[in-house]
Amino acid sequence: MKQVFRAVETMSARGFLMTGVEIRQAVLEILERIAPDEDLSGLDDAVAFREQMELDSMDFLDIVMELRKGYRVQIPEEDYHNLNTMQSTVEYLTPKMKDVPVAG
Amino acid sequence: MHYDTVIIGAGMSGLSAGVRLAYYEKNVCILERHTTIGGLNSFYRLRKRNYDVGLHAVTNYAEPGSKAGPLSKLLRQLRMKWEDFDLRPQLHSSIAFPDCTLRFTNDFALLVEQVAMAFPKQIDGFRRLVRTIAEHDALNLDKRQSTSARQVLSEHISDPLLIDMLFCPLMFYGSATPRDMDFSQFVIMFKSIFHEGFGRPFDGIRLILKKLVRHFKALGGHLKLRTGVSEIVQRNGKAKAVVLDDGTEITADNVLSSAGAAETMRMVDPSRPMVRPKAGDISFVESISVLDCEPASLGHHDTIVFYNDADSFHYERPNEPVDLRSGIICSPNNFDYSRPLEDGRMRITALAEPDYWIDLPEEEYQHRKMEWNDRIIKSALKHIPDFRSHVIDTDVFSPRTIRRFTGHLNGCVYGAPEKFVNGQTPVGNLYLCGTDQGFLGIVGAMLSGITIANRYLLK
Repeated sequence: MKQVFRAVETMSARGFLMTGVEIRQAVLEILERIAPDEDLSGLDDAVAFREQMELDSMDFLDIVMELRKGYRVQIPEEDYHNLNTMQSTVEYLTPKMKDVPVAG
Repeated sequence: MHYDTVIIGAGMSGLSAGVRLAYYEKNVCILERHTTIGGLNSFYRLRKRNYDVGLHAVTNYAEPGSKAGPLSKLLRQLRMKWEDFDLRPQLHSSIAFPDCTLRFTNDFALLVEQVAMAFPKQIDGFRRLVRTIAEHDALNLDKRQSTSARQVLSEHISDPLLIDMLFCPLMFYGSATPRDMDFSQFVIMFKSIFHEGFGRPFDGIRLILKKLVRHFKALGGHLKLRTGVSEIVQRNGKAKAVVLDDGTEITADNVLSSAGAAETMRMVDPSRPMVRPKAGDISFVESISVLDCEPASLGHHDTIVFYNDADSFHYERPNEPVDLRSGIICSPNNFDYSRPLEDGRMRITALAEPDYWIDLPEEEYQHRKMEWNDRIIKSALKHIPDFRSHVIDTDVFSPRTIRRFTGHLNGCVYGAPEKFVNGQTPVGNLYLCGTDQGFLGIVGAMLSGITIANRYLLK
């Protein structure tokens, strides 16, 4: 346990921070967990999630909650509109997640 | 001991709320007075056979992989898979009234066809009603106003027989109010039964319950059986703790109760009589026959028959112990299974008078159960083949059974007539889920727990 912790520390000290690509991957994994029956391979980053998938307000709450659980990112309710498309989500999350060490 | 949330009752709604909270790393404990999980939808073993309580069929059926609809929403929220519920669709069901039968399946088009055939003058009105139902947002918890479903139906349909026939399955499977339903409840039930339809896991309700519990525990949730709550402690108008039957106190930031509105308020203030929400009094007696053959081998293929033999349909607390004029016949064998169930089953359910059954002395109770069992079967024989020579075991439940195992006053099955759709109580940090919150059926109960957990307990 201690060893893992030290490894993570070293990684972030060396600057292994989450890039846009990694954040996109993280959001994609969350979407896969929330909506396992959706095919996300053709997801268009510029188009609203809602137009490409069956997502309701319950699911959007889950995206926020999963980000909090997995990456300790707090998203206030007035910012939820930033999670409209993949592109806007990654843009919004980049400054917030730059301090998150890459897992693994 | 301190928890973020203590949940009272390990039924469908409490377990689902627990899964949501535990998944998001809340420290959560479910307290259940009974020796087993399930509440109004439970299971037991008797003389080496498995029985389900409550469940005839899971409503809101959807094909595995469906992206929309309550069942898909539920599985997503619980992070569970279609295989976990293992639902197989019904074969076909019917609504049987004197001189008129409407058949339906999980394909809504058949019901429309049947209505057009039996009620040619009503079909345009029926289609208008279907559009009204589609446009009604029954799940909006904040802007709910009470509208009489009878009123709305009479605006579209003029034949009282068709109105009664549409009400019959919807009331039997989910109305806490006699004679009429709130239109939002009607819409929820109409969609869940006629649009989406019936399904059942091969292993019955125990499969879903066991999966839920395993999931809850794997996420770190605590479950305590044989642990009844006798009091909810409040300070300055806010729930602070629960006191168990043995006197132990457990503190919590929030308390979520699935025990019923009246039942919960009684825990808040056990000694002082106060204005309490009224408990419902719609309850049932069910005759369960185990057969030495499949019902299909006797010529019975319907999954569920909703029958009424009277001139009009009476959904209310009866004056006699059991109302023999109407009922529900369910054959759990008649789902689209790839192999036969262990034995044949016929379950016949009819409205019952709660006080009669609850007040009977114990020695007379057993005797009366068997007497009414025979009468219920006899009255249902108009609609099904006579299976009595094939019966190898019998069990009967009554309002007394339901009250004993669930703690619901009057043994009521669908909760209080007045629903608390937003889940709030007069006490801060004390919330309601389950039948008295108002989403009904198995899927509805689970969504109830999820909705209230999301709304108040995940912040």
